[in-house]
Amino acid sequence: MSNTLLELSGISKQFGGLSALTDVCLHIRRGEIYGLIGPNGAGKTTLFNVVTGLYQANSGEFRFNGHSYKTPQPHLLAQAGIARTFQNIRLFANLTALENVLIGRHPKTRAGVFGVLLRNKATRDEERASTERARELLRYVGISKSSQTLAKHLSYGEQRRLEIARALATEPLLLALDEPAAGMNATETESLKALLQDIRATGVTVMLIEHDVKLIMGLCDRVAVLDYGRKIAEGVPDEVRQDSAVIAAYLGVDDAA
Amino acid sequence: MKIIKFSKQHLMFCLLLGAVLLLPFATDALLGRGWVRIMDFAMLYIMLALGLNIVVGYAGLLDLGYIAFFAVGAYCYALTGSPHLALAFPLLFPDGLHLSFWLVVPLAALLAGGFGVLLGAPTLRLRGDYLAIVTLGFGEIIRIFMNNLNAPVNLTNGPQGISMIDPITVSGVSLNATQQVFGITLPAVHLYFYLFLGFAALVVFVSHRLEKSRIGRAWMAIREDEIAASSMGINTRNLKLLAFAMGAMFGGVSGTLFAGFQGFVSPESFSLMESIMVLCMVVLGGMGNIYGVILGGLLLALLPEILRHSVVPLQQALFGKMLIDPESLRMLLFGTALIAVMLYRPAGLWPSRVRRRELETDETV
Repeated sequence: MSNTLLELSGISKQFGGLSALTDVCLHIRRGEIYGLIGPNGAGKTTLFNVVTGLYQANSGEFRFNGHSYKTPQPHLLAQAGIARTFQNIRLFANLTALENVLIGRHPKTRAGVFGVLLRNKATRDEERASTERARELLRYVGISKSSQTLAKHLSYGEQRRLEIARALATEPLLLALDEPAAGMNATETESLKALLQDIRATGVTVMLIEHDVKLIMGLCDRVAVLDYGRKIAEGVPDEVRQDSAVIAAYLGVDDAA
Repeated sequence: MKIIKFSKQHLMFCLLLGAVLLLPFATDALLGRGWVRIMDFAMLYIMLALGLNIVVGYAGLLDLGYIAFFAVGAYCYALTGSPHLALAFPLLFPDGLHLSFWLVVPLAALLAGGFGVLLGAPTLRLRGDYLAIVTLGFGEIIRIFMNNLNAPVNLTNGPQGISMIDPITVSGVSLNATQQVFGITLPAVHLYFYLFLGFAALVVFVSHRLEKSRIGRAWMAIREDEIAASSMGINTRNLKLLAFAMGAMFGGVSGTLFAGFQGFVSPESFSLMESIMVLCMVVLGGMGNIYGVILGGLLLALLPEILRHSVVPLQQALFGKMLIDPESLRMLLFGTALIAVMLYRPAGLWPSRVRRRELETDETV
């Protein structure tokens, strides 16, 4: 088993005439927490959507867990082991928290139309196991009290946690989080950090986009920096922090100096 | 000794079942035989509404051409269970094709399901109003085909429709004649009522199983957020097609029942108004809730008849003469009732468990 989980090379993505990503390479190793940062409009979310199959790259290669994908589609990648959360939370608003997590079990369950109609033993067992697992996950992220609450009535922090529980329900190899700490206060961010470290400890590789540089630096094993659709730096947080290109991208370059 | 627990729920169920079984006799005695026939049609509408509920209520795909599948099922039995094919293919079927109804039911279900996929496939990327327009077009295409397929080969007999369709038989006993069962006299309309009741029960059962399952949840995920659903590993294409196919199958089976019951089908039974009526049943009753949809189907099937029968006597009692034509007043009252329900109970008369809770929670906030 190769040490690399996700390998993107030469990824370019254009929207009409606009180049959102140019020749981006990405190697994510098994078991690490990988951060993606960059100024606004650097192409972080675009790259993220390419990773999760929502966008198809115009060129480049996509390998995940030893398989090459020509046209990676979201549901295929989810079945292969990439789960994601969304920058603007996208829960199933009119379903309960428990049902949201149960939907996350979809790729790990098999029941077809006949199984469902006959409700045979295999289906019943599967359903029971799914429900049990879903309750476990709700407990794990700390919102088991709200399992019967509609997703849209949960508090903001709970919604973020529910999204993570739902993603974990697919038993991912790679958990991709799009700005998980956005809108959270310092305490919530701290507990999120602990949760992510905990998730990594269970063997799940984590990739996240974040604006909170402090969180990224404290959490990630490696960090990549995007600017104008190109990767300008990659490495351990301390290295990246001192990289002149990164400082220039974030603070601007003084031409006179 | 094993004692079967007889809970309150069981008791309620038995009472309800008894009441439903006695319904045709009670209706016959109190209101007359015509009303039993109306109850039969109400049963058909309930089946249609439950079928559409899968597409609209569960998967969230707005379908304005649903009656087309009803038409496919009805014509399927009309062609294979009547002398009509003798006109189109005199050499092949000199007496027409007279297939057993029970053979045609699965055939019609498959055919209608196929048409469901046919409608679903090109519309996978569409949602909401755009999907509604395409499905509306599809419904009209089917109707216009039925209207015009009498030349060059007379397949559907055009606007005249197909008549002399074989009555439905259950183990050799025709439902079109009065029968004696255990000394009880059962007229044809009663027999059809029980047949339709059986089919409706089956449809309820299937809906119920689907709703609380992996498949039903996947449909609801697509309804709520398609992008998030696909990110959870749900193959949205296949599941949308499945929803269209399952809904269409229910429509197709109801269609065969309709054809056998009426003995006659013509394109005018499958107009856009009928599609809208079935959609109203789903929305008014409570989208996504089986019992709500049943209630909606029952009310909307009966309400126009009640209005039709009460408008004339009411006017004569009030004004001594008839001022407004009952037919036009009927639609006016019907429309008003719809508006009132949508204003005061936007989630439907009997909303689904989740939606009701949602309203309750909103009040406490």
